[in-house]
Amino acid sequence: MMDALPTLAAWLAASPLPWLVLTMLAYTLTLALYRRSGAHPLLIPPLTATALVVAVLLATGTPYATYRTGTGLLSFLIGPATVALAIPLFAQRGRIRQLWRPLGVALLAGCTAAIVSAVLLAWALGGTRETLLSLAPKSATMPIALPVAERLGGLPSLTAVAVAVTGIAGAVLAAPLLRLLRVHDPAVRGFAIGLTAHAIGTARELQVHPTAGAFAALAMSLNGVATAVLVPVCVAAMPWLGR
Amino acid sequence: MIGASRPRQVQRAGPPFLPMLYAFTALFAFQLLGELLVQWLHLPLPGALAGMLLLLAALLAYGRVPEALERTAGGLLQNMMLLFIPAIAGVMLHFDRIAREWLPFLVAGIAGAAITLAVTAWTLRWLLRDSADTRPTEDERT
Repeated sequence: MMDALPTLAAWLAASPLPWLVLTMLAYTLTLALYRRSGAHPLLIPPLTATALVVAVLLATGTPYATYRTGTGLLSFLIGPATVALAIPLFAQRGRIRQLWRPLGVALLAGCTAAIVSAVLLAWALGGTRETLLSLAPKSATMPIALPVAERLGGLPSLTAVAVAVTGIAGAVLAAPLLRLLRVHDPAVRGFAIGLTAHAIGTARELQVHPTAGAFAALAMSLNGVATAVLVPVCVAAMPWLGR
Repeated sequence: MIGASRPRQVQRAGPPFLPMLYAFTALFAFQLLGELLVQWLHLPLPGALAGMLLLLAALLAYGRVPEALERTAGGLLQNMMLLFIPAIAGVMLHFDRIAREWLPFLVAGIAGAAITLAVTAWTLRWLLRDSADTRPTEDERT
């Protein structure tokens, strides 16, 4: 009986199930809280659920690598979810065909603004080269931003945090900022939010307004492609950034 | 009282599993095709993104979205935030660096997001200023 507990603890530590259950429970609980709060931006699940998960990992002394391996199933599903973005894009095919020129120009302007503003702001405030490179692709969705940063010499897990901070900041700032700029067209609103705040902003818009959600999904997928192409170009154009 | 409202048709009671299975098979297959294409042509894109473009091309050729795919993809996309929690929890590896560089990190994240939002929204609104009639309206169905 006394030996059973350490054996059980060892089994639990080796099994992916506790980490999978922890993550899914944290998500469902914080999602319910978020909905009950009337979609309060500071309660969005990527922020609150992650805080809960990290608190449990720190309290139990669990290394991040153990947790990461245990939740591999969830990370793996990012792949098919990225493929599934083709469906909201397909639903908007008529408008894309009609508006491809303004959308393309706005995409180039927004994508360049995202990369250059992040790198220059961090550089001006004394960020190290690794931090700058990890920040560069932060407006792209995670499955795109992580390999882009890694290829240039950034730290992928730091990029994941930068992507999350940007997504949360974009989702929180979007409503007041766009009201201030008097942007009311849901297509423009959705496109700006999807380009800036990738999947986090898009998931929020999809729950709010169908047109804004579709344009957010469109901007997120287009910005994924644009970021993969433009980050190496922008970094090469600013060779004085390294320290 | 409870039994009175029980649905007659049992097969309609729960979400259908088989259509979901078909949808996931298609999504995984397109991701596989995308990964293969990226490896083969040495494209500077993640494989899943190439898979998304391939699925989009297939849907354009087919002309409509199969219902099973539409429902499963919708559910998956609305809960995409769940899938990112493990990656974001990686913040715990970088507490030291963030303690040292929190100012550039947060300013780049937050001010950068505000700049990106403003530049994108302004550019697109300015480019669409003359096309009020082609612009989608608030109540238009998607």
